Amino acid sequence: MNTFDYVRPASVADAIAAATAPGAAYLAAGTNLLDLMKGDIARPERLVDISRLPGLDRIETLPDGAVRIGALVRNADLAHDALFAKTYPAVAEALLSGASAQLRNAATMGGNLMQRTRCGYFYDVASACNKRAPGSGCDARAGENRLHAVLGWSEACIATHPSDVCVPLAALDAVVEIEGRDGRREMPLEALHRLPGDTPAQDTALAPGDLILAVRLPAEAAGFAANARYLKLRERTSYAFALVSAAAALRLEGGVIAEARLALGGVAAKPWRSRAAEQALAGRRPDDDAFRRAAQAALADARPSGDNGFKIELARRLVARALALAAAGTPERLPALPASPFSSAAGARHVA
Amino acid sequence: MSPEIRLSTTPAHARHGSSIGQPLTRRDGALKVTGGARYAADNHPEGMVHAVLATSSIARGRVTFLDLDAAKAHPGVLAVMTPANRPPLAEDPDAKLHPFMFRLDLLQNDLVRYAGQPIAVVIAETLEAATEGAALLAPRYETLPARVGLDGDTPFIPAAVGIGNPAEVRIGDVEAGLAGAATRIEAVYETPAQYHNAMEPHAIVAAWDGDALSIDTPSQALAMAQGRIAGLFGIAPDNIHIRSPFLGGGFGSKGFITGPQALGILAARMVGRPVKLVLRREQMYGPVGHRAPTRQRLRLGVGRDGTLTALGHHAKTTSSTYDDFFEPAADVAHTLYASPAIATSHEAVRIDTGTPLFMRAPGEATGSIALESAIDETAWACGMDPLAFRLKNYAEVEPISGKPFSSKALRECYAQGAERFGWSRRPFAPRQMRDEDGLLVGWGMGTATFPALMFQAEARAVLKRDGTGVMESGTHDMGQGAWTAFAQIAADALGLDMARTEFRAGTSDLPDAGIAGGSAHTATAGMAIHHAGAAVIARLADLATGDARSPLFGAGNAGVVARDGRLFRRGDESRSESYGDILARAGLGEIDARGTSAADPDAQASYAMHAHGAVFAEVKVDPDLGQIRATRLVGAFAAGRVINSRLVRSQYYGGMIWGVSFALHEQAVADPRSGRILNANLGEYHIPVNADVPALEALIVEEHDPHVNALGIKGVGEIGVTGTAGAVANAVWHATGRRCRRFPIRLDDLLTGR
Ligand SMILES: Cc1cc2nc3c(=O)[nH]c(=O)nc-3n(C[C@H](O)[C@H](O)[C@H](O)COP(=O)(O)OP(=O)(O)OC[C@H]3O[C@@H](n4cnc5c(N)ncnc54)[C@H](O)[C@@H]3O)c2cc1C
Ligand code: SF4
Repeated sequence: MNTFDYVRPASVADAIAAATAPGAAYLAAGTNLLDLMKGDIARPERLVDISRLPGLDRIETLPDGAVRIGALVRNADLAHDALFAKTYPAVAEALLSGASAQLRNAATMGGNLMQRTRCGYFYDVASACNKRAPGSGCDARAGENRLHAVLGWSEACIATHPSDVCVPLAALDAVVEIEGRDGRREMPLEALHRLPGDTPAQDTALAPGDLILAVRLPAEAAGFAANARYLKLRERTSYAFALVSAAAALRLEGGVIAEARLALGGVAAKPWRSRAAEQALAGRRPDDDAFRRAAQAALADARPSGDNGFKIELARRLVARALALAAAGTPERLPALPASPFSSAAGARHVA
Repeated sequence: MSPEIRLSTTPAHARHGSSIGQPLTRRDGALKVTGGARYAADNHPEGMVHAVLATSSIARGRVTFLDLDAAKAHPGVLAVMTPANRPPLAEDPDAKLHPFMFRLDLLQNDLVRYAGQPIAVVIAETLEAATEGAALLAPRYETLPARVGLDGDTPFIPAAVGIGNPAEVRIGDVEAGLAGAATRIEAVYETPAQYHNAMEPHAIVAAWDGDALSIDTPSQALAMAQGRIAGLFGIAPDNIHIRSPFLGGGFGSKGFITGPQALGILAARMVGRPVKLVLRREQMYGPVGHRAPTRQRLRLGVGRDGTLTALGHHAKTTSSTYDDFFEPAADVAHTLYASPAIATSHEAVRIDTGTPLFMRAPGEATGSIALESAIDETAWACGMDPLAFRLKNYAEVEPISGKPFSSKALRECYAQGAERFGWSRRPFAPRQMRDEDGLLVGWGMGTATFPALMFQAEARAVLKRDGTGVMESGTHDMGQGAWTAFAQIAADALGLDMARTEFRAGTSDLPDAGIAGGSAHTATAGMAIHHAGAAVIARLADLATGDARSPLFGAGNAGVVARDGRLFRRGDESRSESYGDILARAGLGEIDARGTSAADPDAQASYAMHAHGAVFAEVKVDPDLGQIRATRLVGAFAAGRVINSRLVRSQYYGGMIWGVSFALHEQAVADPRSGRILNANLGEYHIPVNADVPALEALIVEEHDPHVNALGIKGVGEIGVTGTAGAVANAVWHATGRRCRRFPIRLDDLLTGR
């Protein structure tokens, strides 16, 4: 393929220095980036291979109870970490519902966050696509757009962000730790991905050279462990991206929802946290009526971007179901078909 | 058997006595799971270089510019082949000398007739350089509006569908039958374009030595490939040696030499070095055939007693602008259900796609899902159980021809399948069943059918003085187990056990084994092997029975039986002689004989020949979310003699899984403006994964057919797709009460109108 530089920095500082050059890109496991390069969608001039950077592959519990997931932690390792899965079951379920076992064994946390859209026109270099070639137009807008966004889209771009794990992470107030040219900073995961507006080529708030070091789940996020689920609809039972997905987490006190968390996947260019739905649930009894209202609230601003109006109603129903499943209690063991409506509801509940 | 192919000789593969009928495991299994089986692209002859296709991103128009300078300047690039400098061919790639010859895109001009068409080939020292060279060509085009989909142009009635079938066939008066019917059903069904996604993409390693050509490439029809290449390149077929010991799946796509394979040969000629060319996954979506989309209108009339009075099946399909293949979807209505009036018809539009071609059960698969859905709709409208309705309209003779069936154990298939599945407990009305989790449960069924075809084949049998035998026939192992099943037939034909039988296959210098297609390979090549064995045994018997020193002297040729490496006198087991002794006394190192096979025209004139089956499916559907899963499948199939039940079952499984795919998953999504396919990858072109096929059972129903061929073999390769797709669709209706007529059924189809 195209000739490019390949560098394997020994430290984070070297990595950032190497990646700040125009046309540079970080390479983690490459399960997304290399596909994009083979398809001529991405043509980086320099690959900065971070996969062997020391210290970024750890899952640590911090003194304040937060859990810090290094950017190089493999999706499978995180999902199968027993303590992590017990504490953040919706995150583990989302991870295991993504891609295939082989991909999960390779894919990293940072790469999953930064993976690019699956819009077919983005991948088809002969099509107009503002995300790939700014200003060229958006062939999805009047094309095959059954799977595209129903929230937060713009005329310039109607693509969705495909990550599963980002959805529960957004719901649980995850924080992204970043190091860049100007030192370290952090931002809520919710702020990482951008809505397209007029500049859909810019997926995230990261600047050139910015390296994700870790994702942190605050201590409070563990408070949802007993009632947290991820639910994902797709066109086959496994190994498919989400049509729509939802992460629902509840903190129940005395039969009442003390606090609720809800985020949607597959509906927008970012994991879609719905605070309106969360507010609608707070203080309510966990019943179908409450769930339906929350679903209405979550999709209140949704509108089709094409032949995809069904996603709005589908998302409503999915939200209601995910909340009901969360209310019923996290299963003690992750179901055999993670996040699938076909994962049996029967069975032992999570003991927090 | 070439030296590198070491097939298993474990005791399981060396049994004594009859080998036919034994459920042996694949003799090439160990090779495959250890990576020892060498597929075409695994070959790297000395000096080999790489060729990569540049393909068109427009569907219709002309290439006006290729940046040849940029591509040639890239380090490692040896040559760029375009219409301007492509080596000459002896035959126009657009010539069509017979209906079985399909036009190829071999850089004959600058025209573009589908997206993904090869427009140049870059040859380089490395795959990377060739790939980059192809990208650097940065083609420019003069683009015309693409014609896309079933409504892409004005329809017409093709001269023939499939291979030479009439586009319109009728018996009786369908309109009168409908007019007089107590119940009438009319419904329109749509099936999508499907593309070949065999695990192994088309690949070729080609090397020229003067006018002699040596090729590694997967082929389902070695002799036909040899003939096609010979014609294109103007060389004698004998000068072409093709090796195809293993195919990583074919499903029809490797039945003919495709354009990219011929381009690999041209590339080798151009640079004078061996060349390897392998299609990328997305390059499979264009020049190697596909299953065309269909829109089918079914009209059924039923009398008060539940018998069909009319069956009308009309299919619209697409083909390319430059060649003729028309998916014969409506023809499935010829054979399955008794009706005094049947009319089938086809129409087509020409659109800017590669020519659609054969894909597992071409015509039967597309037609069956529509017909089986319509039968289900009709049964419901008549207030009859779908199985009872099918039995009521059971065809005792082939409806369209009036011919008796050579054999037809479909009733037993229905009975055994229904019993195993528990069909009698099915509630009549839809949306009646739920599982313990509240999911909707539905049961549906479909009838499976596929013609029992025979083509032509040859085999050569050898008996050696050391007591071993050789059977040669250039058969094709696509994963179905040809190395095993044919060796079983060969061993029996030679009266040897498998350890003493060497079976040679998979190369073009062996006798022509015909085509591994039409589910006819085992019957066709198997019969040639059978005949070759009989012929060589007859020669051996002549030697013995004509020699006064033999214990078999005077027995006459028909008076001996071959078994276990000996000839026995019929009726007197005490008189026998080993093959080796007979040959030794005759002073011969070995003897050989040839056998051929072909369909028996008399039997074909007298009988309708089909395999049959019944498939029962359970699906579960989430009542709110519409997500669907085929949770249980039982198929019962009758296809004549079973050579190896393990291999046969795996064919049924594979077919049934494709049926699930047809009903619920598989679909190429094309941009309606550009005609480019947007999901040309295995991540988003959905076929079932393990989780989509939780329970699958295939019952082998006994059937003896004295007419199809002497071995009694029908085909099993394709029938599983038929029946299954409809059964799953019908189960979705039974689960939800919602009839989906556009396939694959998507969860949004189940959301609306609940
Ligand atoms: C067939 C297929 C199916 C899939 N299905 C799913 C699915 O169902 N659900 C799902 O969620 N995902 C799915 N994926 C996507 C998969 O999860 C991602 O490809 C993977 O997580 C990317 O991780 P990686 O380490 O390979 O990243 P890479 O491919 O190496 O990198 C991806 C991007 O992230 C950037 N990057 C990587 N690490 C960092 C870092 N630390 N800081 C800053 N930038 C960084 C890279 O520069 C690049 O732009 C699928 C992928 C494939 C190929
Ligand atoms: S939706 Fe976005 S990614 Fe897709 S074609 Fe339009 S601009 Fe490109």
